[in-house]
Amino acid sequence: MSLLSRIANVFRAERLNREIDEELQAHLDEAIAAGRDPGEARRAFGSPLHAREVSHGIRVAGTLESLLADVRFGWRQLCRNKITSAAAVVSLALGLGSCVAAFRLIDALLWRPLPIAGANRLYALSRKLIGPEGRPIEDRYWATAEFNLLRDASKEQADLVAVSDADLTDITWSTENDMEKAHVVYVSANMFPLFGLQPALGRLLAPADDRGPGLAPYAVLSWDYWNHRFARDPRVLGSSLHLGNQTFEVIGIGPRDFTGTETGTVTDVFLPLNMNSLAAQQGVNWHHTFLMLKPDADPSTVLEPVRQRFSAIIRAFEAGCAKCLLGMTPAQIERHLQKQLVFSPAGAGISELQKEYRRLLGVLGLMVALVLLIACVNVANMMTAQAAARAHEMALRISIGAGRRRLVQLILVQSALLALLASALGAFFAAWSAPFVLGLVNPPDNPARLALPADARVLLFAFALTILVILLLGLLPALRASAVRPVATLKGGEDPHAPRRLLRGAIGLQVAFCVLVLFLSSLFVASFQRLQNRPLGFSTDRLLLLEAVAPKGQLPVVWDQTAEALRAAPGVASVSMARWPLLGGIQINSDISINGAPPSPTPAWFLNISPGWLATMKIPLLSGRDFGTQDTEPGAAIVNQTFARIFFPGQDPIGRTFDRGANQYFRSASQYRIVGVVPDIPYHDLREPSRAVYYLPFTEVDAKSAPKSIEFSTFVIHTSSANPLALANSLRRLVAQRHNGLRVSNFTTQLDLVRDQTIRERLLAMLAAFFAGVALLLAGIGLYAVLNYSVLQRRREIGIRIAIGSPRAGIVRLVTGDSLITVGLGTGAGLALGFAAARSVASLFYQVKASDADMIAWPTGALLLTALLATIPAVLRALRTDPTAILRSE
Amino acid sequence: MARTDALQGSLDLLVLKILSRRPRLHGYAIMAAIADTSGEVLRAEEGSLYPALYRMEEAGWIRAEWVKKDTGRRARIYELTAAGKKQLSAEESRWQAVSVAINRVLREA
Repeated sequence: MSLLSRIANVFRAERLNREIDEELQAHLDEAIAAGRDPGEARRAFGSPLHAREVSHGIRVAGTLESLLADVRFGWRQLCRNKITSAAAVVSLALGLGSCVAAFRLIDALLWRPLPIAGANRLYALSRKLIGPEGRPIEDRYWATAEFNLLRDASKEQADLVAVSDADLTDITWSTENDMEKAHVVYVSANMFPLFGLQPALGRLLAPADDRGPGLAPYAVLSWDYWNHRFARDPRVLGSSLHLGNQTFEVIGIGPRDFTGTETGTVTDVFLPLNMNSLAAQQGVNWHHTFLMLKPDADPSTVLEPVRQRFSAIIRAFEAGCAKCLLGMTPAQIERHLQKQLVFSPAGAGISELQKEYRRLLGVLGLMVALVLLIACVNVANMMTAQAAARAHEMALRISIGAGRRRLVQLILVQSALLALLASALGAFFAAWSAPFVLGLVNPPDNPARLALPADARVLLFAFALTILVILLLGLLPALRASAVRPVATLKGGEDPHAPRRLLRGAIGLQVAFCVLVLFLSSLFVASFQRLQNRPLGFSTDRLLLLEAVAPKGQLPVVWDQTAEALRAAPGVASVSMARWPLLGGIQINSDISINGAPPSPTPAWFLNISPGWLATMKIPLLSGRDFGTQDTEPGAAIVNQTFARIFFPGQDPIGRTFDRGANQYFRSASQYRIVGVVPDIPYHDLREPSRAVYYLPFTEVDAKSAPKSIEFSTFVIHTSSANPLALANSLRRLVAQRHNGLRVSNFTTQLDLVRDQTIRERLLAMLAAFFAGVALLLAGIGLYAVLNYSVLQRRREIGIRIAIGSPRAGIVRLVTGDSLITVGLGTGAGLALGFAAARSVASLFYQVKASDADMIAWPTGALLLTALLATIPAVLRALRTDPTAILRSE
Repeated sequence: MARTDALQGSLDLLVLKILSRRPRLHGYAIMAAIADTSGEVLRAEEGSLYPALYRMEEAGWIRAEWVKKDTGRRARIYELTAAGKKQLSAEESRWQAVSVAINRVLREA
């Protein structure tokens, strides 16, 4: 209570003093009334000021009071230079806000533990191997049979959990309803109890639900899905969910904050692992495997033996899969089995989003940190200049007895004021910008979703960052100010060059950081432009993609009739079909063998297309012919140039044959005869190098030449209007009215699919360009301020030089000479840093190299131009110096 | 000067004791009471009385309030708190112990 009241008294010091005075006066009056001599009574008190001072000191927290005085003084200082202070606060706020926003994104995607029990004991299993394109890849998918073996082998030390990808799946909530999309995940039923999760309603899946295929048709909804799809209606329990030809009963709602283990995607529906038909298929790797150590297990001693045991089991399992190794040479088998099992901590969940954005966020973090540093250097420069201007005041304070600690406190308080104002403003920026950037991460129809709470983690980071900024800003000026030697300063300045040396060092640093940001951003902007402008080899103009599904499967003739009906619709110019769209996220490969030879080391990718698809996509035939209605799969094939080059080097591929899938389930009895050759086009990824692709006829037949039913395909519709999506509703109705088992799953356009490919590059280029602009602006302001200050400081010298006849060129050299050297050195250092940084993020570049001449010329040119602009005002001021005015004022 | 020295360390005790007998006194009255009851031997100097009062107020042993006097002026009066009563008995027994000890030394010497 005492400390509290003393602190409270700090804020009413004036009133307190009045009260003390009043009480002492009342005492005197009493004494005089009691007959004491007024003079004697007053003397008994001693000096009234002293009495008040002593009493005041007792009733007030002294350090706090001096702090308050410093805050008032600091505030007045900031108000005196309103524009400079505002610029400082805004630039710091931008830096702080960007850093906090970047931290929020990085934390939410990569670091924040899942809201489950024992997140720190969770590991993800993956294997490192050499991929089909000859590069090392990490395979995170596992076959259910393999998962079961591993689970049984590790019962003592750990539990294994299987979780599939949260794929956007077509589901129906009652048979009449339209199909809708939901993120559906298949999980092993031990997941909920193992993660310590409690249902919000009903029950969750339990180990008893891990029964054989098709025996546990139960679904658990996530709280989030229950909330936005059913408005938390408890009657959803017991209702039926249709997926393909399966029906699931909703048995419960998951806990409120659990959104699955795929960070960046909110799972809507959890289904038992064994309900997916893939679970029963040998050798199909389709789900992730998590390992959770028992609570008392020590990771350092338990993990490695488990890993060894698992490696042996996996090798035996894959070597025992006769079908998998069919037709491989011993060397190929050895390479196939040569895999390294890896346990990686997965407490923050695992997702493709993490993989794809880890480096991008790292770059973003680096850039915002640099911008914050540049802003700090700017403000520190401003404060150093102000401190130098206040050298007299500081000297005076020291000579009348202010402690040096008190001076340091004065300056730190001022920087704290700036930093706190900036962090308040920055908080708003961070609150807005983190969700804004997140919203740009995925295509608009399937946005990335991350919880971005402003919780203790974020606040702690922001607080630590603010403290760091205060120290960065204040420490140097504070140390300088406290090192003032009063006698020398009051006599008229000791070393006028000292503060300028410091400022120049700061400018060099700033230029280096700025060039680094500019360099990286020019690389990212160029990458994006080249990726966006790369020739596609097919047309995206007016192409509507109608993705359709037939839950029970329909024969090719039904699909053909639907295509015919679509062709007749108004506004439709032509219609063809492909099993899936180009660049739409689906890619399937098989290996190829020629003349019964062992399968090739590199696989080839394929796509089933209807006659006319090449024409709709405007893909020219280089030789041979398109498919006709008589062509079926297996039978005819059209290949791309890379396929021809790899498998038939130096030969005409037309008329030649190949086998596919010697060791896969695509294996078919008859051979494929090449009927046409087409140019290379991007198949799955705009960034990919040319890969071998072959096209197969839309109609598949079995061994008895009977056509197989088809469960999904995409109608590629060339529309006559410029906006293809305008037709979506009428075509959706048209398909529904036919009641032939086909349903519309999704509408999109080929142009959107191409655009979605460049989302990451666009985001990075946009952010990089923004921060490059900010960095350039701040560096320009910093350079301007320092030059201007040095001209002001040296105006006596400049005046004298002009008076004794120094030529104008000499003055210009005097003002700009050493700062240009500093800028040059800073640029060199920045480029060197840029080369080092570019090497670690080269995977984000597309067809640009750090050593490209224009990549170096851009940032250097931009910086030099800025430096030039920033120099002009100072030079003009120096040239306009009037020697008589200067000399008279001294 | 000699008289103040006699009070060294015991001003708090005297003030607390006076306030325990006669609550609600202002500073001058406390000073007068100390002089009165000690037969003018002990005298609290103004320069140390008020700092002591403020210190004890901050420590929570006494509390103060402003009251209007008949003359129309305000006076700040003090009274003992519960913590102050405890402090008083502690100081009192400490004083007794010290004075007994001093007396013994004087006798033995």
